[in-house]
Amino acid sequence: MTPSIIELRASEKDQRIARYAAAAIALGVAEAAIPSPLPGIKPGLANIVILVVLFRHGWREAAWVSALRVIAGSLLLGQFLAPGFFLSLAGALASLAALAAGARLPARWFGPVSVSVIAAFFHVAGQLVLARAWLVPHDAVFLLVPVFAAAALLFGTVNGLAAARLLANDRAAAPVAAPGG
Amino acid sequence: MTPRAWLRLLRPGDWFTLCAAAAAVAALWLTLTSSGPAQRAQIRSGGRLVAELPLTSARTLDVDGPLGRTRIEVAPGRARVVSDPGPRQYCVKQGWLDRPNAIAICAPNEVSLALVGAAPDHDTINY
Repeated sequence: MTPSIIELRASEKDQRIARYAAAAIALGVAEAAIPSPLPGIKPGLANIVILVVLFRHGWREAAWVSALRVIAGSLLLGQFLAPGFFLSLAGALASLAALAAGARLPARWFGPVSVSVIAAFFHVAGQLVLARAWLVPHDAVFLLVPVFAAAALLFGTVNGLAAARLLANDRAAAPVAAPGG
Repeated sequence: MTPRAWLRLLRPGDWFTLCAAAAAVAALWLTLTSSGPAQRAQIRSGGRLVAELPLTSARTLDVDGPLGRTRIEVAPGRARVVSDPGPRQYCVKQGWLDRPNAIAICAPNEVSLALVGAAPDHDTINY
């Protein structure tokens, strides 16, 4: 039997995704140390990275970074496959759906702040739907909706501004909406 | 960066998004926190309103349905179905209702007990 050597060659794109994912994971882990009055209310700083990737490299790469962040971030925090992981995943999937739509908004009128706020609302909505369906099967969870929505508005705006600031140096801060990525 | 420089990062539509989001938050806040306490108990038999009692004083009420007699008890701030001839006793097992729009339905005997607050809202089986 001939020993076979499998060589995995990391393309430039792979390395780029890994770099962005590393930044997002670092922000996510740092943020886990910030005390929060209510579980689930977090700034979501890693989403700044996701937004920057979306505007620079398109939705597919943003989705890769988001997925890597959710999985590797939860491994680092010991949350993998725990309820928090699934909430994080539900939020990430919902906000990725919103990002796909948000990236198609006319760039002349809508910048990263709009996309960020919309994605933040979808993030919260995705998490609440999962929480209602699985973790807290009672309508009482919806009493928290106004609190989560207010947090989404605040942190969505702040993260959007941070992303807009990072993107301001780029030549054209128009989202790359190419479905092929 | 100065505050003015941060504001320059916002494009015209972003203001629209922020205003719409703020309006949505305000609307959610108003609708989900303003239902207030339950004020009255509505008792229906065969879909017809047979009694509407204020949740201020205690009393019991018997309602006759096709299977027999359903007994309803009203107390300050809450109400319950005490007994019902139905086979599965779901409405009895629900116990005391104290939130507006809570409802206990004794379907076999066609009797229902619903609490209402100041403003009509979704009931507990409608979400």
